[in-house]
Amino acid sequence: MLYDIWTVFWRDWLVLKRRIGRFILSRMVSPVLYLVAFGWGLGRSIQVNQGSYLDFIVPGIIALNSMNISFNSVGSPLNMSRLYHKTLEEYLIAPIASSSFVIGKVLSGALRGLISSVIIIALAYLFGAHALINSWFLLTLVLNCLVFASMAFVAAMVMNSHEDMANFNTYILLPMSFLCATFFVPDHLPALLRWIIKILPLTHASYALRAIALGGEAPVLSLIIMLAYILTFCGVGIWLMEKVRE
Amino acid sequence: MIQIEKFSKKFGERIAVDGLSLKIAKGEIFGLLGPNGAGKTTTIRVLTMLTRPTAGKIVIDGCEAAHNEGHIKAVIGVVPQHFNLDIDLTPWENLELHGRLHHMLPEVRKQRIGELLKYVELDDRANDMVQKFSGGMKRRLMIARALLHQPKILFLDEPTVGLDPQVRRRLWDLIRRLKNEGLTVLLTTHYIEEAENLCQRVAIMEKGKLIAMDSPIALCQRFGAYVVEWADEEGTKTKFFTDRGEASNFAATLMTTTTLRQTNLEDAFVELTGRKVVG
Ligand SMILES: Nc1ncnc2c1ncn2[C@@H]1O[C@H](COP(=O)(O)OP(=O)(O)OP(=O)(O)O)[C@@H](O)[C@H]1O
Ligand SMILES: [Mg+2]
Repeated sequence: MLYDIWTVFWRDWLVLKRRIGRFILSRMVSPVLYLVAFGWGLGRSIQVNQGSYLDFIVPGIIALNSMNISFNSVGSPLNMSRLYHKTLEEYLIAPIASSSFVIGKVLSGALRGLISSVIIIALAYLFGAHALINSWFLLTLVLNCLVFASMAFVAAMVMNSHEDMANFNTYILLPMSFLCATFFVPDHLPALLRWIIKILPLTHASYALRAIALGGEAPVLSLIIMLAYILTFCGVGIWLMEKVRE
Repeated sequence: MIQIEKFSKKFGERIAVDGLSLKIAKGEIFGLLGPNGAGKTTTIRVLTMLTRPTAGKIVIDGCEAAHNEGHIKAVIGVVPQHFNLDIDLTPWENLELHGRLHHMLPEVRKQRIGELLKYVELDDRANDMVQKFSGGMKRRLMIARALLHQPKILFLDEPTVGLDPQVRRRLWDLIRRLKNEGLTVLLTTHYIEEAENLCQRVAIMEKGKLIAMDSPIALCQRFGAYVVEWADEEGTKTKFFTDRGEASNFAATLMTTTTLRQTNLEDAFVELTGRKVVG
């Protein structure tokens, strides 16, 4: 089982290793834009809870970026492999458990999310942000990557075209990346919207990351909620792997 | 080795395979023939655990498919009809992935990969990207992959489509040699002469149903050992005869150019799968 997880992970690692330079470069673009636009440009004139806006949004940017990268590293390749390249069959024919495949894929997606987060943290320091990064921060980050890698697994198994996959991005991920406490505290939004936002996993990630980065207590409840999301998505993923055989 | 009892597969309302029963012995090369959409691929997908049957019982290598999937997956090798190689990897990496998925020991894996790449004449391209391969090269690589973990049963779904004649014949030789070592082979093909050449027995399917199952020779004899073929305004026509003399008498009555020859499997196939024939 462990060996099979490693095999699935190893394949993705091979592919990533070959493109690591391009991967890192392309991952720098959107965080730099966010940092410039919101941190330097807009942020100079805004004060949030006595801190600088840059310090406020860096955890938000990390949260949304690790979400996007983890999701897209699993989602679209897996969707293509199931529908077009049919490489998923190679795993379905092999004597390995569905759970090994799910876990291996989710881990490899999370790894990509983490690599890109490291890049942003480095960039953020260059831009002059102050953030306290400790093991709680890393734990939250890992959990966030796992949440969205496993969510992507489920989406890739459910969506029946590449276009649907893109729509999932537009209708689910994009709104989340703006609303889930990434750029502002959603306290002034209508109550209903606030409640919906409270349920979404990214909100918990940004709250937790921000609390820890500003030197506060780690919100354990948020971490537990994220863990629950991971377990649910992985469970559904394994079930879908069985169901794909109709 | 393979035993199928009253197996059916439905996709929604459409019945792809309807009550198929057959037995394939160890060391046999068995051909599955049939027109497009007959259900050949569906049968192979079910036998290779990629799809679950709607009804029926499947026993492979003494294990019932419903309970012992893991064992079956370990002893089968599969070449699917469509390309399903990982185009982000090189041929070597594709094979290594397969070896790892089948829990092969690193030394054995390395040696087998080297041997097989040489066998399918891809050893000089081992580190190119698969994406840049031609169709025939991809198919050869898929064949190498299916054999890598030394399966007891090989499923080949139209394995020789797009291969050049030399490679096709080499593959036939390989299949025969493996058969002599005890490998069981189930293959589908649209090249009837391939089935005639290789298979001890063939089954002909049409619209999901088994319509004939026998040795190629027996199937040819079924309608008559000789066939007269001619063309008129409506198209090509054939008529079977058991006796050569009768056949040549008949041929003499026709005004157009005719051919008189021994029946081959293709004639039997066309006859069985219901092309309009005078008679
Ligand atoms: N995933 C699927 N969903 C719905 N119908 C399917 C599916 N796969 C196959 N079918 C149907 O099952 C029938 C048998 O298809 P199958 O692919 O087994 O034919 P085949 O004998 O392999 O044909 P060919 O010679 O063209 O490869 C067809 O009518 C096809 O439309
Ligand atoms: Mg087919």
